[in-house]
Amino acid sequence: MTARPLPDAEQLVAALIEKMRGNVAPDTGLIGIVTGGAWLAERLHTALKLDVPFGTLDVSFYRDDFQHKGLKRKVAPSDIPFEVEGRDLILVDDVLYTGRTIRAAMNELFDYGRPSRIRLASLVDRGGRELPIAAQFVGATIEAGQSVELKRDAQGRLSLALSTD
Amino acid sequence: MFLTSNPQLNKNGELHHLLSIEGLPGEILRQILDTAESFVGVTRREVKKVPLLRGKAIFNLFFEPSTRTRTTFEIAAKRLSADVINLAINVSSQSKGESVLDTVANLAAMQADMFIVRHSQSGAPHLIARHVSEDIHVVNAGDGRHAHPTQGLLDMFTIRHYKQDFRQLKVAIVGDILHSRVARSQIHALTTLGVPEVRVIGPKTLLPTNVDNMGVHVYHDMAKGLKDVDVVMMLRLQNERMHGSFLPSPQEFFKFYGLTAEKLALAKPDAIVLHPGPMNRGVEIDSTVADGSQSVILPQVTFGIAIRMAVMSILAGN
Repeated sequence: MTARPLPDAEQLVAALIEKMRGNVAPDTGLIGIVTGGAWLAERLHTALKLDVPFGTLDVSFYRDDFQHKGLKRKVAPSDIPFEVEGRDLILVDDVLYTGRTIRAAMNELFDYGRPSRIRLASLVDRGGRELPIAAQFVGATIEAGQSVELKRDAQGRLSLALSTD
Repeated sequence: MFLTSNPQLNKNGELHHLLSIEGLPGEILRQILDTAESFVGVTRREVKKVPLLRGKAIFNLFFEPSTRTRTTFEIAAKRLSADVINLAINVSSQSKGESVLDTVANLAAMQADMFIVRHSQSGAPHLIARHVSEDIHVVNAGDGRHAHPTQGLLDMFTIRHYKQDFRQLKVAIVGDILHSRVARSQIHALTTLGVPEVRVIGPKTLLPTNVDNMGVHVYHDMAKGLKDVDVVMMLRLQNERMHGSFLPSPQEFFKFYGLTAEKLALAKPDAIVLHPGPMNRGVEIDSTVADGSQSVILPQVTFGIAIRMAVMSILAGN
């Protein structure tokens, strides 16, 4: 277990916005992975003043651990309110770890169409990759001995917490 | 019938087979409805398929003919990327004298992962579920007069889609309750999901004698039964299950229990009309109603695919 405190999520959001600004066009499509990534995509979308609405993806139907874990209780509908075909996309997630969620997300995206490019933005990268996946935009790289998750309070403020699962 | 141990649930209380809505907790019904909601989105995409059940073998075992139910199960399984094998068994091994359990044992030996079973005898899917190995799942696609759980679930999905809150509704089920497995599944689902007033309307000869034990209000008169309801669920008059004189004639039935625009006007102005299909137009429902603005009969068919995708994927994951 790490004794080091987790970074402040709001500062990481600000850092991520600065890294992405200048690297997006008004018609770039942001797609947040439910749940933390969707909150983050909403924030990035507002800050980057993008024209197209952001989308959300619940990758449960594409996960490679379905055989072991089954379906989670509540699968949110994926919602992509723009044409994927030919579009420049940025996948947004809160924590990048094994890369398996991102693989599932890319598989799902291609069932909507063929994007011209997909990049990845993640609030934190905690290493531990099991697939050849890297993020182009990262808020911070951290070392954590256990799972980290994003939380959102009633005022919409984001924070990072160690999770138990 | 299965009050002490529910054969549909595994030791963790999760759904392992779907045999009947009776005895299932509301939490499981809501899980199926919620999961189906997400599959509705999938079926609106360019590629209407997810890889969830890739490599799984799903056998449609239809010991009784059906086009719509078999087709929607097949579409649902294919949209989950499973391999589907359709068997109409009344025309193959059964006619050569093989028993149901022998047929199923042979198919299990072909590495089946799931059986979708339709049978004219009540309890046949239960029998199969008791005898398959524990890695095989069984879905009841309609057995005799007993149950048709996926139809009941897609009806609940349709009602929730249009009416949101079950706890505010008056629902009437109309017609041949006696022979209807659909009605039984609907009644169990509606009461489990908290509908405060479920009515059944039909002639005495087409109502089961124990119907008031199921927590419903019984009416023999459409004018009284349809008054102020939010949902009208019509049933098909099942000529093939009637051996005896239950009715003077279909024309007589239509006169008293057929849903016409005049009778529907007694329900709330925004009431919706459901029918499990196939419809006997001019017997239990008039065409002006079946094709009218309050009819949600075709959306029921579309939602049926999402419900069956949800049931199959939840079972396969448990």
